[in-house]
Amino acid sequence: MTEVVLSEGELAPPRSLRAVLRANPLLTAAAALGVVLVLVALLAPLIAPHPADAGSATHPLATFLPPSSHHLFGTDPVGRDLFSRVLYGARISLAVAAAVIGFSILVGLPLGVIAGALGGIADTVLMRITDIFLAFPALLLALALASVLTPSVTNATIAISITWWPWYARLARGQAASVAGRPFIAACKALGLSPTRTMLRHVLPNSLTPIIVQASADVGGVILTAAALSFLGLGAQDPTPEWGLMVNQGQAYFATQWWLVTFPGAAILISALAFNLLGDGLRDVLDPRRVVERR
Amino acid sequence: MKLALRDLRIAFGRRTVVALDELDLEEEEIVGLVGESGSGKSMTALAVLGLAGPAGATVQGSIALDGLELVGLPERKLRDLRGRRVAMIFQSPVSAFSPVFRVGDIFIRALRLHGIARGDAVARAQEALREVLLGPDLLHRYPHQLSGGQAQRIAIALAVALRAEVLLADEPTSALDVTVQAEIIDLLRLLRERERMSILFISHDLAVVAQLCDRVAVMRSGKIVEAGPTENVLQRPTAAYTSELIAAVPRLGTGRTA
Repeated sequence: MTEVVLSEGELAPPRSLRAVLRANPLLTAAAALGVVLVLVALLAPLIAPHPADAGSATHPLATFLPPSSHHLFGTDPVGRDLFSRVLYGARISLAVAAAVIGFSILVGLPLGVIAGALGGIADTVLMRITDIFLAFPALLLALALASVLTPSVTNATIAISITWWPWYARLARGQAASVAGRPFIAACKALGLSPTRTMLRHVLPNSLTPIIVQASADVGGVILTAAALSFLGLGAQDPTPEWGLMVNQGQAYFATQWWLVTFPGAAILISALAFNLLGDGLRDVLDPRRVVERR
Repeated sequence: MKLALRDLRIAFGRRTVVALDELDLEEEEIVGLVGESGSGKSMTALAVLGLAGPAGATVQGSIALDGLELVGLPERKLRDLRGRRVAMIFQSPVSAFSPVFRVGDIFIRALRLHGIARGDAVARAQEALREVLLGPDLLHRYPHQLSGGQAQRIAIALAVALRAEVLLADEPTSALDVTVQAEIIDLLRLLRERERMSILFISHDLAVVAQLCDRVAVMRSGKIVEAGPTENVLQRPTAAYTSELIAAVPRLGTGRTA
């Protein structure tokens, strides 16, 4: 019998985070922007020049001031510093995104993995329930919630969450179903693993990559949806410094006081773009074979 | 008799895929189960593990392991047998391992599942790797860092570590190149002697079967059309289908082994 020769050369070198970032400049830029946005959200009270203006403070003598060194983004119709409000807006948008995506993963991932791994009746029942939720348009549900309850950031978050999780259930189900059909799942069963353990230890971890990618790309989508709801008056209400609401409040003055719409609008655009690019970048980097090497 | 299959009927709904009258596996014997794909070979092996039922099939008849009837045995008892007494290895060795776990984790998890303490599990894993002529450093690798031959050896080592009595080998060499095939065949022979394993060797490759198996059963459309000592069956086939199979491998007609 031939002795098996082990050469270290056949081992792929583990890729450092730095090497990954250097090879993907777009991902790096998006990730950096994402980090900046998170920092702004966390540190808003420290870096905002007029923290009180994020709330209901008014300055009747300082309304509609154009951007200057004192008010970088100018002031709004009641004299609040727009720069401070845009910074605080990052808190709202990211909190809504975190809540919606957290909820979606918490509900959608287990349901999807169970449906995909078990198949059969469980699959049919769970996926039809998912389809029912998928049939709700986010806007309509938010409208209904706003009319039953009062429109607020919380209610908008609930409305978006209810319509958002089914996508995660579907994604997880598809991935889990394909993983469940792979040979190592048969091998697990042949080794005496129970179906529950097989699902938790082997189907679930091997189904995570697309969920991670989707979650990072979805931050932008949730920010846009939340901004849209607030813009339509179905979400945040004054004095909440929500970007979509700020765009709404400023639109009447667009021709004369351009900064009222421009800065919150740019904040929405940049954050949505950053997280979309981050999602795309992660999709490229997190090839299932490569994720293993980097653990 | 290690493993005795009698009047085994496996059906999906009304479609019967296996109708096997008799198949025996003696202790320390290697029996080849040959036939074209779809002939019911793999389904028979799955039935031995009690996995045909969960796959949606109905199983009737008798499968006895050392006299213990496996058909109708509660799932919990079957689970305890799987891997520990009856192990299975597969055609695609690398993809038979979950890509997110290191080889060592796979060993420790499998051994602990069958009640072996963590400390003993590591020692057993290293010993089993030596048995299949691999270095213990492979325990630190991920499955995709293994060659096909290494992965198949590790799958076999897992059976060794669990002290399995019966090894169901489902086309274990089909995905490997010829030199590696020969190494795996040598290894299976060695296991039969050293570990006293009984091996059911499923294959469509008559050349490999001729080298390895004591007896061979030829399956077609779920039925055994011919069975007997390997030499008899392959040299003097009585069933027309066996002749056809042999004719499909031209180089086998004259020599004793390929």
